[in-house]
Amino acid sequence: MINKLNVTSVWVLDKDEALDFYVNKLGLEKGNDVKQGTYRWLTVRVPGDPGVEISLEAPGPPVQDEATAAQLRELITKGAMGGLVFITDDVRGLYETLKKRGVTDFTQEPADNFYGTDMGVRDPFGNAIRILQRKKVADGAKA
Amino acid sequence: MSREVEELNRRLLRARDAMDRAYAEPLNVRAVAAVAHISEAHFIRSFRAVFGETPHRYLQRRRVERSMFLLRETDRSVTDICFDIGFTSRGTFSRTFREIVGETPSDYRMGHEPMEAPQCFQKAATRPSVAAGVALKSSSFGDASKVAAP
Repeated sequence: MINKLNVTSVWVLDKDEALDFYVNKLGLEKGNDVKQGTYRWLTVRVPGDPGVEISLEAPGPPVQDEATAAQLRELITKGAMGGLVFITDDVRGLYETLKKRGVTDFTQEPADNFYGTDMGVRDPFGNAIRILQRKKVADGAKA
Repeated sequence: MSREVEELNRRLLRARDAMDRAYAEPLNVRAVAAVAHISEAHFIRSFRAVFGETPHRYLQRRRVERSMFLLRETDRSVTDICFDIGFTSRGTFSRTFREIVGETPSDYRMGHEPMEAPQCFQKAATRPSVAAGVALKSSSFGDASKVAAP
């Protein structure tokens, strides 16, 4: 049976720009960065949570022909290619930190809900990122 | 050519996000077009070409979607929700809601329990599409000044 999620991927337009955003702005750490022929195996991961890697993928040959790659890039920049959800223990503090680091593409400032407080931000390419701080519940209560 | 398309898409997306952030305020197309660094007319045309509907229509659906979330998840009155989301007339809100969702706000509230999922997924899952038979007429939020048809 399957035990764990190992790698998920995010479509980006440029791997260097993606690395700069996900590591220097968002605060993830670089995972793998290995050249395999023309392909760069590049991943990031949450510090302290080494099991799950996020692979940064860019459309193009040899995997996609140029016409397909152009279609993908159009969809990425429309924000249509999915996104990521992260957990934090301090979403309002993180919001201030992201602003200090130069992040400007917030889709939603920290807002309280029944499940906690969350915010929304986009990476440079259009991917949606949600960051959630769960509400603390008393022992035995339903989360 | 492809690069220009991608860059315009990204700017339009940024402008759309600005609309989402200020969804409860009156739509200021010029300010939103400025976020995309293009003229108002070009913005409306390009937005429609890229996202499939005009900025006004998009915002109308997002406000209704937000009201659906509030109707399901809170006890706020329909009138309060109407004003929360940026409509200025209860009658216009109810009519618009019914056009888009297919039932009145009260009936919708009665028929739906709270969903256990982050609100972004909830809203996406229940996002109203343009109801069949509803023409893409000019969208008015009941604001004092009527908006011209796109």
